Amino acid sequence: MSSFKVFDIAGSGMTAQSVRLNTTASNIANANSISSSVEQTYRGRHPVFAAELAEARRMQGEVSGVQVLGIVESDAPLNMEYNPNHPLADADGFIYKPNINVMEEMANMISATRSYETNVNTADAAKKMLIRTLRLGQQQ
Amino acid sequence: MSISFQKAFGMHPEAMVIREKRTQVLAENIANADTPGFKARDIDFQQALAHAQHRQGRSVSRTHEKHFHIDSSVRKELQYRNPDQPDTGDGNSVDIHRERNLFMQNDLAYRTSLQFLDGRITSLKKAVKGQ
Repeated sequence: MSSFKVFDIAGSGMTAQSVRLNTTASNIANANSISSSVEQTYRGRHPVFAAELAEARRMQGEVSGVQVLGIVESDAPLNMEYNPNHPLADADGFIYKPNINVMEEMANMISATRSYETNVNTADAAKKMLIRTLRLGQQQ
Repeated sequence: MSISFQKAFGMHPEAMVIREKRTQVLAENIANADTPGFKARDIDFQQALAHAQHRQGRSVSRTHEKHFHIDSSVRKELQYRNPDQPDTGDGNSVDIHRERNLFMQNDLAYRTSLQFLDGRITSLKKAVKGQ
């Protein structure tokens, strides 16, 4: 019964989107985490999605949901700011701010939320189809 | 007069199997809407139904391990969708609005088949009971 697979597929999509939402939340929360060296500064994190092809091939089935390959840190340059009066300023008077664009993260958050909702709707529609099928021929 | 279930149900059982497969394929597209490099796929319903009807009545069972396996899945009908725009930047060809609409359309078609089957079963039941 392939309607059951729809739940797996939609579920994998929901998991992936919630990981994306988590990283976005982490990025927004740390957008103003200032530090005094390049190494210690928080960097924007983004998940990498991939279709579950290897898994699908192994099972000889056609299920290809989404998997999160990993979370990568952004290589974009950090925002350096000359602020010698700041308590975290280094010897040269610089403070380091994360390479996060809050607007970008907000847009990412909205996109992840919408995609999550779409997956929920898919699972919901599959559930209704299944229930209707199970009731087939039971009306009097 | 004999009651033939095959005739009573018509093409709806086959149609429903294909519709269900298609639900899965469209769900994959929707789930992978943000996956880089993913190409949207779909089942050509007309072609799949024609194949299913062609296969109907021919049931082949493998009695020996060296017999050829006759594939009855709809894998052959699975094709990549022509994207509306050349490139979205990450090699993904899923148009989420299109997929959602097709999903809804497919869902309705499935329900229609169900409705027809329900009606047929009800009338068969009436005939059996003699009411």
